[in-house]
Amino acid sequence: MSSSVLYDAPGPKARVRNRIYSVVGGLAVLGLIVFAVVRLNDKGQFAPEMWDIFNYAGVRTSIRDGVVTTLKVFAVAAVLSLALGVLLAVGRLSDHKAVRWFATGFIELFRAVPLLITIYVLWVLFLTYRSDLGLSGDNTGFWALVIGLTVYNGSVQAEVLRAGINSVPRGQREAAYALGMRKTQVMLTVLVPQAVRAMLPTIISQLVVTLKDTSLGYVITYQELLFQLQQLAGNIVVNDDNPYVPVIIVGGAIYIAMCLALSALATWIERRGRRAKTGIRVADAGQPLAATDALDVVDHSTVSAPDAPTGKTN
Amino acid sequence: MNVLLDHLPQFREGFLGTLSITAASAALALVLGIVIAGFRVSPIPPLRAFGTAWVTLLRNTPLTLLFLIAFFVIPQIFFPGTSPFVLAMGALGCYTSSFVCEAVRSGINTVPLGQAEAARSLGMTFFQTLRLIVFPQATRSVIPPMSSIFIALTKNSAIAGAFSNTELFNVSKLLSDKGFAIGWIFLWIALCYLVITFAISGLFRLLESRLEVAR
Repeated sequence: MSSSVLYDAPGPKARVRNRIYSVVGGLAVLGLIVFAVVRLNDKGQFAPEMWDIFNYAGVRTSIRDGVVTTLKVFAVAAVLSLALGVLLAVGRLSDHKAVRWFATGFIELFRAVPLLITIYVLWVLFLTYRSDLGLSGDNTGFWALVIGLTVYNGSVQAEVLRAGINSVPRGQREAAYALGMRKTQVMLTVLVPQAVRAMLPTIISQLVVTLKDTSLGYVITYQELLFQLQQLAGNIVVNDDNPYVPVIIVGGAIYIAMCLALSALATWIERRGRRAKTGIRVADAGQPLAATDALDVVDHSTVSAPDAPTGKTN
Repeated sequence: MNVLLDHLPQFREGFLGTLSITAASAALALVLGIVIAGFRVSPIPPLRAFGTAWVTLLRNTPLTLLFLIAFFVIPQIFFPGTSPFVLAMGALGCYTSSFVCEAVRSGINTVPLGQAEAARSLGMTFFQTLRLIVFPQATRSVIPPMSSIFIALTKNSAIAGAFSNTELFNVSKLLSDKGFAIGWIFLWIALCYLVITFAISGLFRLLESRLEVAR
């Protein structure tokens, strides 16, 4: 009996060998960390004065402001992208050729272009037509970031939802039609709710990606968390040096905490979904796999489910 | 329209820049990812912990923050004066390696336990089992997610342009700073990315059909 495909259950000899490897490996990992810490210490990045900056109210305020702005962008973009996702998913499954083509083209275009470029282009456009659009001050950056995040993540969410809608058993749709429901009613009251339920873990994982991508605001100089951190580190001088390491460690911890909290939510929902016996497979909470792959992950999981018919054709 | 024709050299340079940074970091991510996946499935606790920490930390950090780390912290630890290309490659490669690692690990997990047990009972050694039984089966299930990881990598490489690398985003930024119509620039840049991502997905589809077996 062994629990791994790769390794047999270790016997006495292998156990000794594993223990030796453990010590050697542990020392190697420890050595790497110690080396990095010592080098940074030599540069004075761990001097108490460097870390003292977090005691100043101004520093704390700007970090707090950054977190608030990041969350604000995330909240607006999350809501809008989910709405757009539903719209596009329904559009892709529409009976009208024109609507279907438009939705498909929109999704393919914005999924293929890097989000950074979309955001940058929107920013330039908004700056150019600033007075016509009634934008002022920070608003330009805010809307460029929010709309960029919305069109990109909306496209990805649409594909996730479409896979979800296709995984709803055919009988559901047929029964709804047999009851005399109209197309819109079938879609909105029968198919979409079940699709959302099945895909909730994947949807939330994609929201983690959205949260991480708010940091692209840094490039268009929008005052979100990362930009604030960079400003802090760049402007403060302690012992003739910029406190990059302390600021990045603190900022990174904030980002990781926020993302892990969201991922934990996805895993929790997945486990709850597994418990219910509805016959609809709940997608793996998976990982916030890099950007586009929500689609492929979903395909993979729906295809491998024996009872879920999938309408994915390519 | 004229933006493309008048600035063909810049566009070409940007295109090649994106290609080279994507290829370089893809290679790094592949190597690192497989090594870390090896750590994560090994029976050696410290290495396993290291692998888990690596994946969790990198996957939950925004890539832009990793770029900041690569450009402001890494030179203090290792080599000052490294070129932006190498630093960007490091950031992109490390970030992507965590996704590659998870794909490889779940690929290994799709191989049924019975396969390895059968191989062992036939008297195969560890490396024979790995080479003849586990590896070929794992490869097939790893290919589809790998394709999307590399497409995502291509798009993520745009961030390198914001950190003084010459690639497509950088080119679009330069041209729009010069006052050319952003709409046209966007269209051409989008086309460039479509070419690259279609090439990648085509390549992987080819690979998939080559390795396909009836199961």
